[in-house]
Amino acid sequence: MLTSDLKPSRAPRPRRRTFPLHLVVFLAPAVLIYSVIMIYPILASLWLSLNSSVDGVQTFVGVANYQKLLGSELYAQPLFNALKNNFIFFVVHMLVQNPVGLLLAVLLSLKLRGTPLYRTLIFTPTVLSVVIVGFAWKLILNPVWGVQRSLLEPLHLEALDLPWLGLASTALGTLSLISVWQNIGIPMLLFLAALVRIPEELYEAARLDGAGTWTVFRRIQLPLILPTVGIVSVLTFVGNFNAFDLIYAVQGALAGPNFASDILGTLFYRTFFGYQLQAGDPYMGAAVAGVMLAVILVGLLIYLLGWQRRMTEVTL
Amino acid sequence: MIQTQKKRPPQVFAHLGLMIYSLIAVFPTVLIIMNSFKNRSTIFAHPFALPTSETFTLDGYKTLTESANFPLYFLNSLTVTLGSLALILLVSSMAAFALSEYTFRLNTVLALYLSIGIMVPIRLGTVGILDLMVKFHLVNTLWALILVYTAQGIPLAVFILSSFMRGVPRDLKEAARIDGASEYRIYSLILPLIRPALGAVTAISMVPIWNDLWFPLILAPGEQTKTIVLGASAFLGQFVNDYNAVLAALTLAIVPVVLLYAVFSRQLVSGITSGALK
Repeated sequence: MLTSDLKPSRAPRPRRRTFPLHLVVFLAPAVLIYSVIMIYPILASLWLSLNSSVDGVQTFVGVANYQKLLGSELYAQPLFNALKNNFIFFVVHMLVQNPVGLLLAVLLSLKLRGTPLYRTLIFTPTVLSVVIVGFAWKLILNPVWGVQRSLLEPLHLEALDLPWLGLASTALGTLSLISVWQNIGIPMLLFLAALVRIPEELYEAARLDGAGTWTVFRRIQLPLILPTVGIVSVLTFVGNFNAFDLIYAVQGALAGPNFASDILGTLFYRTFFGYQLQAGDPYMGAAVAGVMLAVILVGLLIYLLGWQRRMTEVTL
Repeated sequence: MIQTQKKRPPQVFAHLGLMIYSLIAVFPTVLIIMNSFKNRSTIFAHPFALPTSETFTLDGYKTLTESANFPLYFLNSLTVTLGSLALILLVSSMAAFALSEYTFRLNTVLALYLSIGIMVPIRLGTVGILDLMVKFHLVNTLWALILVYTAQGIPLAVFILSSFMRGVPRDLKEAARIDGASEYRIYSLILPLIRPALGAVTAISMVPIWNDLWFPLILAPGEQTKTIVLGASAFLGQFVNDYNAVLAALTLAIVPVVLLYAVFSRQLVSGITSGALK
């Protein structure tokens, strides 16, 4: 019964016997471009990470590059520093971007007057180039310009007038918040889309029971948008562990001060292309990309196995 | 609707919250654009003042036109973005049509294979992509960027478009088939019907292509092929201390995207909301 010949076909298919050439014509361009430019290079990179240059000749060395990456002083220290920083970068997004995005979505879902305008304004930073956003904030936070000072002085918060991007202790946090500021539009829209899909009857029933805004949120909105919370977390995770542009634009390839804002993306760039202190090495660069891929795959796996399985009971 | 018209205190707080956040969202952009039209002393002395007839100047824009090739960068960005979008829309809609219209052996496998790219970032293949482009002699050409962005855009575009194509009534296609229309003809009949989805894919793919720094930096850093983002970033690095020039460069890089966004904002919103959740 599983073979398609036994199934009553839904429509007459006159071209049944001939080779389905049109299928190939329709699929080939997309599959070809995607395979050659995306899948093959990723696989080739992984292969390259298992090789090294011995006397200028590419030679298979197995996991030696990964051992070097994880074990040698030259590579391991920056790698773990970048991993740690990347994790902090991600945690700030999860703790600030997504809750605030959710709050904004809940406010927008009230369908107040002017909602489309609010939505457009809040989403604007998201469409700007990361490079431009980085430079704009770099200017604003630059003590030379004094924008920061003139904002803080009237509030008697002069103590907060620090070179936020220039201190090793605050650079990463500041950059994370700039990234949050820019990217908050996406979780906001995804949450909003999930919220407006909740049937109106549920709200009416809750109101009849005398439920307040908070109860409605806790008991109705939050449980029903949990699948979206999962998707947003995964998107945040993949995006953050693949980030590069903002740090590069603001702090340069060295991700200063003193590598305090170095994340996997900038480490990948430096390892591959080199910088003042070190020559580039495509094999080690490929190994860093391999580690990034592994981190992302582990994150996806946790989502698929842990979160989504539990979610199937909640989704309607 | 009746409920929302009743004035309740939470509404005031909701407005207040949204207003404050909207201010935070647009403040840097407004500040940059406003100050790009002011003379240097006013930029520093009164950063929040609007330009007046005495403080208005186009000095920054003059420095810009003298020292950087912004019209060319802009044209490069436009070529790359439009070229990639055209390719994404064409090849993805064809693939989406095949995947949603026919049942064949590899259907599910192919759909899964194409969707890997939604989650795995193309950037991780950079080393391989650069090797490939060197082999094809495409380094420092706009083609390198167009091909990479097309590959990057295909997974999500196929995903969104095939879910929309499944919604096109079957009767319509069958009627055309009975009239003897070829499969290619049927594909071309369907395209206008999913125009909103094509708009959504355009809007959602456009922003990351226009804004990318990574691939222009690696694949096409030459003066002739610089995109506006790479050009602006190089220029900004060089003129760090010339505030007029830096603010003008930032303004030039901000305004076109914001205008594009204003045009496509509806599609962008529907693209993100339908694409990620269907």
